[in-house]
Amino acid sequence: MYKILKAEKLAANIFLMEVEAPRVAKHCLPGQFVIVKMDEEGERIPLTICDYSREKGTITIVFQPIGESTMRMAELKEGDAFMDFVGPLGQPSEFCKEDLEELKKKNIVFVAGGVGTAPVYPQVKWLHEHGIEADVIIGARNKDLIILEDEFKAVCNLYITTDDGSYIRKGMGTDVLRDLVENQGKTYDVCVAIGPMIMMKFFCLLTKELGIHTIGSMNPIMVDGTGMCGACRVTVGGEVKFACVDGPEFDGHLINFDEAMKRQQMYKTEEGRAVLRLKEGGTHHGGCGHCGGDK
Amino acid sequence: MAKGLTRVPVREQDPKVRATNFDEVCLGYNKEEAMEEASRCLNCKNAKCITGCPVNINIPAFISQVKEGNIEEAYKIISESSALPAVCGRVCPQESQCEGKCIRGIKGDPVSIGKLERFVADWAKENNIKPAAPAEKNGHKVAVIGSGPAGLTCAGDLARLGYEVTIFEALHKAGGVLSYGIPEFRLPKDKVVAEEIENVKSLGVKIETNVIIGKSVTIDELLQEEGFEAVFIGSGAGLPMFMGIPGEQANGVFSANEYLTRNNLMKAYRDDYDTPIARGKKVAVVGGGNVAMDAARTALRLGAEVHIIYRRSEAELPARVEEVHHAKEEGVIFDLLTNPVEILTNENDWVTGIRCIRMELGEPDASGRRRPVEIPGSEFEIEVDTVIMSLGTSPNPLISSTTYGLDVNRRKCIIADEEFGKTSKEGVYAGGDAVTGAATVILAMGAGKAGAKGIDAYIKGKQE
Repeated sequence: MYKILKAEKLAANIFLMEVEAPRVAKHCLPGQFVIVKMDEEGERIPLTICDYSREKGTITIVFQPIGESTMRMAELKEGDAFMDFVGPLGQPSEFCKEDLEELKKKNIVFVAGGVGTAPVYPQVKWLHEHGIEADVIIGARNKDLIILEDEFKAVCNLYITTDDGSYIRKGMGTDVLRDLVENQGKTYDVCVAIGPMIMMKFFCLLTKELGIHTIGSMNPIMVDGTGMCGACRVTVGGEVKFACVDGPEFDGHLINFDEAMKRQQMYKTEEGRAVLRLKEGGTHHGGCGHCGGDK
Repeated sequence: MAKGLTRVPVREQDPKVRATNFDEVCLGYNKEEAMEEASRCLNCKNAKCITGCPVNINIPAFISQVKEGNIEEAYKIISESSALPAVCGRVCPQESQCEGKCIRGIKGDPVSIGKLERFVADWAKENNIKPAAPAEKNGHKVAVIGSGPAGLTCAGDLARLGYEVTIFEALHKAGGVLSYGIPEFRLPKDKVVAEEIENVKSLGVKIETNVIIGKSVTIDELLQEEGFEAVFIGSGAGLPMFMGIPGEQANGVFSANEYLTRNNLMKAYRDDYDTPIARGKKVAVVGGGNVAMDAARTALRLGAEVHIIYRRSEAELPARVEEVHHAKEEGVIFDLLTNPVEILTNENDWVTGIRCIRMELGEPDASGRRRPVEIPGSEFEIEVDTVIMSLGTSPNPLISSTTYGLDVNRRKCIIADEEFGKTSKEGVYAGGDAVTGAATVILAMGAGKAGAKGIDAYIKGKQE
């Protein structure tokens, strides 16, 4: 069992947990992920690593309840435990392998959206610890959905924007990046975009126009996370890749986002059904217009 | 027909009933039936069946104990050679191994060795008979990677020799392909797989789940920091292959690995488990091996009309005859000499059908089987909503790419000798699908035994 040392609600529907997992904490690097399974009946859920402590042997995860398992996970408290917690999975971020002196010459901008803000944190923190200050743009629908603001401020130059203007500035993250490059004289060598697929797609279109090499982090459907099932296949530069072993980070300008977005829908119906079953027990027979149970 | 020429029939669930449930198809022999079947064994002096068994079970010896009704004795004889008799009695291809060599088979049915082995193992479990206790601990630590048939066998053999063995398993449950791959209706998980794993644990073997070698810890760390003197790699062949035809990325296209893992390991067929599975109304399974039969019969039980699409003819189907027979009885439709050329989709990228081409058999190819050749202009479409690709698997490079000095061949299989499983790296042994590419449970077990022998000789050699 993997004990939960801290459980916190970061925003209306975003949860943070610090979990004891010494083998993972000893080896993980920014960009990698874990798979958690809360109990016997639970699904295997891939989650990006938000922070780690080699000394304490802990991993911090951040998640948004969307399916039955993650909704049940949100109920877990400090002192509870996950039945299974495995990792680190996937490849570390590109810059972890780069020559540090070369890396220090680069200007890096991170763009984060929604719960995608969490996996950006360990990358920015790693760079900060190696003497590199990155720019970070966090975009959210409104003020309540901004997470980890203080943590970020301590390790980078932070730009926040909200869709509804309820905090700092109104507008999309792409507007901020365009403004920084076109009006404020910023130049970037690398952009790392992590968030909803649709957000990453639009950032990639913009950075292509601005000529900035861009990394996108994929979070597709997965089962085992070790290359066994092939559920996470994504097309990158015309080639089929498995996000779990080849990724999760790929050259954003080569990712086929349209295909990836369609593939993400695969279990939407089943997932929706499972949620409804949980909420309404055996009484739900469709009619909600979402689950298709009446068709 | 004269008595003795035909085997005692084994009871099975009715095909119509079992096509709708996940309970075991074959019900096995009872003691009377087993004793009667055992009496057909000629107890050959030069027993060919033993040479046909990859782990060389003393078959005539255990069968003569069954004949006398001494089932506990029979179990002890099998346990000397096999750590997983309840599994092997169910999933071994006996017809091409022990039973294939049986003298009885020349004129009539060979002795039902597999069903007898299964009976003995099940009887031992019901009567709470455990394998003999291991030798005294010798103080040497060995790590085994993977808890599938190769790893469990290697660990069991080493534990019996007194080694302190820890198995590292990447998934959350032990068993490897026995847990994630082979379905409940062919190999019950709680009753058979979990029990056999408990038996291996009762020898003192530790199993640590959720450890991915190459990610959570490396082989070099196991050897240098965690005090293991040798390592056996039995990590299997896990990477699924796809055809590379248009539409393969569509929603509703799965690898057999994904489909079976969702159903078997994650128990998606049960309402009380969270993991979803696409049930499908009309399913095409591409491929003709045992895994394809498992996927097809799983989809059938989830309520679908199921088509097996295979490019050669029935005679070339790589699946066991028994599996093909069961699939047909249950209502799986076989579209033979047929090969997919494209998966058809709707505007949202969901599968709507599969376009195939008819094939005919030409000259034999390198495998000795007649090569399938396309018949020009014979394309046709089958309407389906789900496609399951069951085209084989290849070894996972996670371990080979993170272990210094471990050589692999061009197919990414670890290079290891057959007799002792010795690899290019000192103290590291390997066997099973990680070395051979996808094969059978029993061949992996044979390789696990070879690895245990190799490791025992290596550690003893170091002490001298």
